[in-house]
This record gives sequence, structure tokens and C-alpha cells, in this order.
Amino acid sequence: MSSPLRREDVAHVARLARLTLSDAELDMFTEQLGQVLEHANDMASLDLEGVVATAHPFGLINVVRDDVVRPSLERDVVLAMAPDSQDHRFAVPRIMGESP
Amino acid sequence: MTLRNGWEMVVGLEVHTELKTATKMFCGCANSFGSEPNTSVCPVCLGLPGSLPVLNERAIELAMAIGMALHSTIAPSTFHRKNYFYPDMPKDFQISQYDLPINLGGYLDLPDGSRVSIERAHLEEDTGKSTHLGGSGRIHGADRSLVDYNRSGVPLVEIVSGPDIRSSAQARAYVVELRGILIATGASDGRMEEGSLRIDANVSVRQADAPFGTRCEIKNLNSLRSLQRAIDYEAARQVDLIEEGGTVRQETRHWDENVGATSTMRTKEEAEDYRYFREPDLVDLAPDQSWQDRVRAQLPPMPAERRSTLRARISEPVPTVLDAVEVVIDLGLDPFVHAALDRGVEPALALARAANELAGDLDGTSRLAAAAFCDTLLMEQRGELSATQAKTVLAELLARGGDPRDIAALMGYEQLSSDSLGSTVAGLIEEFPDEWTRYRDGDEKLAQFFIGQVMKVTKGQANGKAVVAELRARR
Amino acid sequence: MKTAEQVAREVRSGATTAMAELNAALSAVRERNEELNVFLHVDEKGARAAASRIDERVARGEAVGPLAGVPVALKDNLCQNGVPTTCSSRILEGWRPPYNATVVDRLLAAGAVPVGKTNLDEFAMGSSTENSAFGPTKNPLNPSRVPGGSSGGSAAAVAADMTPIAIGSDTGGSIRQPAALCGLVGVKPSYGLVSRYGLIAFASSLDQIGPLTKTVMDAAIVLEAIAGHDPMDSTSLPEPAPSLVAHVESGVVGKRIALVRELVDGADPDVVASVDQAVAALREAGATVVELSIPEFRLGLSAYYLIAPAEASSNLARFDGVRYGLRVKRDDVTAMMEATRTAGFGAEVKRRIMLGTYALSAGYFDAYYGQALKVRTRMIEAFARAYRQVDMLIGATTPSVAFEFGSKTSDPMAMYLSDVFTIPTNLSGEAAISVPFGTGEAGLPIGVQLLGPGRSEALLLAGARVLEIADGRP
Repeated sequence: MSSPLRREDVAHVARLARLTLSDAELDMFTEQLGQVLEHANDMASLDLEGVVATAHPFGLINVVRDDVVRPSLERDVVLAMAPDSQDHRFAVPRIMGESP
Repeated sequence: MTLRNGWEMVVGLEVHTELKTATKMFCGCANSFGSEPNTSVCPVCLGLPGSLPVLNERAIELAMAIGMALHSTIAPSTFHRKNYFYPDMPKDFQISQYDLPINLGGYLDLPDGSRVSIERAHLEEDTGKSTHLGGSGRIHGADRSLVDYNRSGVPLVEIVSGPDIRSSAQARAYVVELRGILIATGASDGRMEEGSLRIDANVSVRQADAPFGTRCEIKNLNSLRSLQRAIDYEAARQVDLIEEGGTVRQETRHWDENVGATSTMRTKEEAEDYRYFREPDLVDLAPDQSWQDRVRAQLPPMPAERRSTLRARISEPVPTVLDAVEVVIDLGLDPFVHAALDRGVEPALALARAANELAGDLDGTSRLAAAAFCDTLLMEQRGELSATQAKTVLAELLARGGDPRDIAALMGYEQLSSDSLGSTVAGLIEEFPDEWTRYRDGDEKLAQFFIGQVMKVTKGQANGKAVVAELRARR
Repeated sequence: MKTAEQVAREVRSGATTAMAELNAALSAVRERNEELNVFLHVDEKGARAAASRIDERVARGEAVGPLAGVPVALKDNLCQNGVPTTCSSRILEGWRPPYNATVVDRLLAAGAVPVGKTNLDEFAMGSSTENSAFGPTKNPLNPSRVPGGSSGGSAAAVAADMTPIAIGSDTGGSIRQPAALCGLVGVKPSYGLVSRYGLIAFASSLDQIGPLTKTVMDAAIVLEAIAGHDPMDSTSLPEPAPSLVAHVESGVVGKRIALVRELVDGADPDVVASVDQAVAALREAGATVVELSIPEFRLGLSAYYLIAPAEASSNLARFDGVRYGLRVKRDDVTAMMEATRTAGFGAEVKRRIMLGTYALSAGYFDAYYGQALKVRTRMIEAFARAYRQVDMLIGATTPSVAFEFGSKTSDPMAMYLSDVFTIPTNLSGEAAISVPFGTGEAGLPIGVQLLGPGRSEALLLAGARVLEIADGRP
């Protein structure tokens, strides 16, 4: 579980996260993230075979609500938040690809 | 369509259906189709900072009902986040079940006797809808896109079949049968044209009994016609490719209905890294036996059972009648037919009116009382209404409801009661004595002549059968 | 400065008015806000309206709540209808939420008067409030020192006598650590006790909202007012708010308490000395105190710095320039999103988004995130073992008193280590409280931490009350 974190890994992650990093930031993050991941290697000392992840600390399950309509927001309020809108819709510059 | 040179297609389908709930999956906004843009939105389905999802009980129960109808195991399940950036997805992740779906395994038997296995049927949320401005109005070449989040957060169930389908016709039959189940459970209205059902197909080809070939996933199949055409196209493309010495690449392909071809959308290498992880804002789902029993108790009979029940009541094995049975079962109209048969309506008439007139206005069937349907058909059968008139009355009943007798009266159809038909026929017998004599002497062809004359006089408002009955009575 | 308990009592009796208390708060804010940078936004108009409503109710003889007329400062990651909410980030600058957080509704129902929104480390990521896009908050007790973080603004509001109480959020210590550094009581409630609806998420499975107050009694009053089931939060505990105020004076006679070695190891000597004195005070008050080692606590930091960034990377994806907040214009939507996020997020937020994205990405999930979740389960089991032996645990809240500005900003790992004593409770989802006990270097306050099982808030408040009295605040 050592962390062979490379500069290109950091660049790939930045693309996934929709962040642009300068060369200096790439270097800095490569080093700093490497440190955190290296610190995380101490977890390897525990025998975690068969341990299950905990979802809710107090074991809540089956939390549901009734299928009953509640008021929606006023459209004017909704669109007032939008950086750009047109025809009562949120406007964005062109979308380059189909939804995955 | 069969593939050449011993090739066999292997198809698995992923069918997405929007659930017919009153509200969205995680908030109380109305789940409505066709509202004004961005009027059915709130902090939750807009993904506003600080908002949190809460599961809709009805959506879970509909998902369970689908699973039960598909013989799945209702399993303890969890929700995950599927992370990717896209403007129609307000949180830039989709909440979806992942490795632990609510429905595991199962199968669907098709009318031809074949069985398609079900791998899973899981819950997820829908995205908003984009429209594209500039260019051709399609995504490519557009300058700008506009997003409406009314559909964002609408509950979906994705039903994943095993790779058991071997022809495009079987794929179609699978979707039709599944649609019948979705309508029967009340999960969906089954309307593909409104996007209630969306299908992705995984297609590969192989030589019979060889291991599975590399598959391609075909997106954007929004009608039965697209489904069949796309599968046939894609299988043929793969065969051509292999026979020319190429290899099939695992990729996602887009079906273009206008061009009639699939094209590469994304290769395996370009596939998104969705970084799935457990949705921390939701807790696990583990429906206990009593909750499952409650859902199961409300489950109506499924299409296969209803099909055999209905067929058992129909003596005439005419092919067109059987087609009508399929339509009636698929659209869930069999309760009307059963009611009509109970009241003594002839099977062919009951099926025809259900498969044509009722199927043509499914929304209207919610306004149509079974008794009104039966009364209309009995009036037609007795000759009080012509076929055309009966259809008109049914259309009115579907549009506004009411009593068929009142509607017939209002439309002035009562002059065609047996009394007025009788006097019309009597008048024609006097007018055409030669023809009448030949008919009376046994020339049945003349019946057609008199029907034609009656139609002329009544401007087409008479019932052919009733005319014949009238003629016979006077013979 | 009056406590919330006093203010509410006097407002109810007519000895003072909500408006008078609000005016006092507003003038304190005017006096020191420029120097300390506590409030990012003061909602004077809204506050006056809320205060008037309380005064009118009192005048009509109607019932008013337990926080009647008490000015409250809200951490700026809590949504308040129509009031700017930024999370101290450029990416949300100018955004006004169209809804109230459940906590805000409950405070209003209890009669509290929200005065404004306080500074924090951007998206609550930090331990000093130095990561705010709108400048750091200074510690009112010593303006060359940090107030702690991420709820540094909320802590400073109370420490500077601007408001008697403040609300913060605690993901890895963000209430308890600034409470300790500013000489306040701070509670991290059991996960699910207080609704998170309307709290802008940092790490959903760890975040909890809680009070920062001058006294233990005030903490009990506030917590009782904001706790209890909320149908808008699926992770909310199913029961109504527990009775807390009634238990504050219950004492610790017969209680078993464990001093946890891992919750003092590595702390400065003055901090260790305070914890030892606190142990002596608890024994004096009738508790049995034993020593315990919980080695799993050492792994908390590693697990936390994978789990919290992983959840954050997903929670913060929605800040993409499409629906609200900042947008940096570009020709296509992907470029727009990337330019917006790059311009809108500060360095620490980017660092954690990067870390979390990496920990969740294909090929690394099992080694990092998956492993961290298992460590979390181990942590819960370790706490459960301890609570079979004792009723509560004691340790330091922070390794040191308030530190100098800039002393840890260049080394993220050093900053992360300042959360080492507070993180275990967030991972287990259980309760903890920090209470001032003694002073250390430069006369600055030291916080002692009491930890208990889930739903043990009443017990912890009673323990903290014993220490408060022993520290000379009867």
C-alpha cells in the first residue's frame, strides 16, 4: 500500500475533478498528497480481513418518506440564482459530448 | 433476421423505466410530465448546497413489485454515488444502487416459451433535460444549451437482463412483455415516446456455442423499432468486421435513427471513472418480510397469467383475434374485455373495440367505466348502433365519460333503433320488389344490395348485421 | 456579558428586551469586527425583525422559547433563507439560499435572534480559519493567534462577547478545537442528533452541528433546542430531542471515567498538566478514573484524511457554475466548469478534492478509501470495548493552546495533526464535549475533552459542568 504517486496521476485526478493546475501546483500537490498517502500506510498494520464498512454508526435502516407532494420553489427564485438563463431554463455554453 | 455463415447474436438489455410515483425519488416535488420548465424543483432536486435526499417509500415499493413480478430476490440494498460532471445532473453525481441492488436475479418468460434471465433491477434517479440552441438543435454543433430540472430526481428502475437474447425479434418480445409487467404493477405507463422506457442494448456475436464475443453497448434506443433495427445493424456490423479480419472493440455506441446506423460514442479507454462510493446521506434499505408481504399482496396478476386466462375464454382461434389479445394484455385492457364477455358481448367485438378504440386513448380509459364500455358494445351488437356510431360513442366516453345511451341520444343516433330500421327496410322492399323476391327465394347475395341501400338512406349510420336480421325477419 | 440563560430569563420577565440585547450585540460587532474579522455578513434587518417578533410576543403575554431574544451567530455554512451564505468561498460569493437549514428554523422557533454569518475555513476545511477566502479570523483573546477552526468565526463571536452563543459544525474537531482555543464550551453531538439539513456538506458521514457557548448550561439549552428527529435528514436519529438541561447538575458521583493515553500523547506539557488536574477534579467530585490505551486512535488521522476528502470531492462537485454562485465564462461547458472551479476554490479545498478524488478513483479505492472505512469500523469497535468498561473518556481537545498565524500553513500534514485528538469521535459518530480547564502558554485557555457513547450528551454535559465548577466558574 505504498504510494507511488506520480505527477501524471495528479494531473489525471485534476482532470477528473475539473480543476486546472499550474506546473508549480502539480509539483506541490504531488509532494503533499504523497505525504498524506504515505501517512496512510500506517493503516496497513491492522489486520482488516473480513471487517465490514460501517454505513451508519447507529444502524439506521429503511428511512423513507410518504409519496406526498410538497410545494416546489417559485421559478423566479430558482432562476434568480442562475449565472445565466433563457426561456425559463438554466443556460450553459455548448456541451461537448453526450451524457455518459 | 438471421445472421449469415452460422453467426449468432448475443444480446442483453438494460431497460430504464421511470416510476409512476406522485413525487420524485428524494423530495416532495411532483413527478409530472410536461410541466412548465423548472417549476417542479426544490433545494433537493436542484442539488442546492445543504440539501439532503430522503427516499420515497412508494418508489421502493414499486421497485419491489417489479422484482417480485420478475421472480427476483428482494435483497438488502444500498445506494451509491456515481460521480461525473454533466450540466443536467444538479449534484454532478447520480444516486444509484450499485453492488447491492434491491432486486437480485429472476427471469421473464416470453409468450413464445423462451426464458430470459434477469440479473438485477435497481433504483436510481433521473437527470434533467437539455435542449440545444444553434446548429441543428442537436447536441453537436449547438452554441448553447438550456437545462430544465423538472425530471431531475424522478425515480427510475433499471432492469438488466442476462445475455440470453438471440434475435432482435426476441429482444422486442422481451421489451413488450416487460412493458406489460411494468404497466400491471403500476410502476410505469410504459410510454416509450415520452421517455418512460429507455433501452440500452449490449450486443455481441459468436459462432454457435463458442464463448461470448466482445460486446458493444448501444445507447439511445427509444422505440421498439429503433431497438430492433439497432440490434440487427450492430450484429451485422460486427459480423462484417470480423469476416473482414477485424476485431470488435469494447465500446459504447450511439444509435442514430435517421441514419439507421450506430457510431462510436466512447471507447473502453475513454470510459469515465465514476468513483462509486456509498451515498453517506442515505441509510441502507432492508425490507423485512412483513413489508415484502404487504407489497406482494397488492400485486395484480401478471401478463402471462392474464393472457392465458383471456385466451381460455375465447373460442375462435383467429390470428387477428390473438393479436388483439396481445395488445389488450400489453396495455392492461383485459379487465374491460372480461367485463364485456361477462355481459355476453361476442369475443371478437370486445377484443376489437379494446385493442383499437381503447388502446388509442389510454389516458381516457381512466374515465371509462367498464359498464359503459359493455353497454356500448351491447348496443352495437343488438344493432342499435352502427360500428361507426359505437366508435364515436366510445371516443366520447373516453374523452369525457358519461352514459352511452345519453351520448347516443344526444348525437341523434336513436332513429336507428330497430323501429326506424324496420320502417326503412319496409320502404326499400316496396321500392325494389324484384330484388326482394330474389332474396326471399334464397339469393343471399341480395342481402348485400339491401345493406347498401339502407346505408345510402341512413348516410352510413346503420348496422349491417341489424339490417340482415331485419331482412331475415321479413323473409 | 450575560449568558444565554440570563438573557432569555430577563427577556421573558421583561427585565430586558430582545431588541436591547440585539443592539448590544450589534454594537459589540461594530466595535471589533473590523479588527477580528468574525462576521462575513451581519443581517441587521432580519435580526431586528426577529427581535421585534419576540418582544411583541412577550408584550402579548405569549409563550416564548428557551432562547427568547438570545442573539446567535451562525457559521456561514448554514443556509438561511435570503441571507448570503458563502462557506468562506469565492465560488458561493453572492449566493442567497432560498431555504432555511433545519437548525435555523429550530433556533428561530426557540426564540433566538440570528445576527449574522461567521467566518470559517473554506468549506470547513481547516483548523485555524486561515483558509477563508475572506481573510483569517483573529483570536479575541490574543489577536496574534488563530481562533482555531474551522468554526473560528463562531468561536470568536462568543469569545469577543459579540453574541452569547454561536452555532458551528464539527467534522474532525471543528467545534471542539476552536472552543478549546478560545476558552469556550463546544459540543460535537452524536451523529444524527442534530439535523444536517441545510448544513453545506463537507464530509456527510462525519459532519455534525453543535453549539459554542460560554457555559455548560448554555450548551445544554442550545443543544436541546436544535436536537431531535428531522424527516428531511435520512441520517437523523428517530427520537425527539433528549432532555439535557435537567441533567447538567447531575454530577459524576459513581461514574467511571478513563484517561486515554492516545488522547494526551504528544500534547504540550501545559495541556497534559491541565488534563491531569481535570482528572483530579473529577475524582474529587466522586468519579473513578482509570487509565486506558486505545491504540486504534492512532489510525484515526489516516482514516479521516481519506474518508473526509473522498466525501468532500463528491459533495463539492456541484459547484460547477451551472446553477448558482460563481461562473467563469468559457466557450464550452467543460471548460467553463473547470475555469469556475479553478478560480472559485482555494488551495486547501483543491488539495482535499484532489486527495479524495484520488482515493476514490479506479485502482486505488480498495487500498485507500476501502481500507479507511474498515479502520472506521475498527474504531467503532474500540470505542465500544472502552464503553463496556467505563462511562466516558477524558483527554485533551488539542495538542497545544492557540498557535501563531502562519505557523502551520506551509505544512498541511502539521495542520492535520492538530486534529488528532478530536477525530476519533467523528469516525465513531459518538458524542464529545470540550470544556475550558486551566490556562497554558501566554495565559491562553486549554480545553479538556470528555467523550461518551452515542446519545450520552446528558452525561458529558454533567461531567463538563463538574470541571467548569472546579475551574472556578460556579
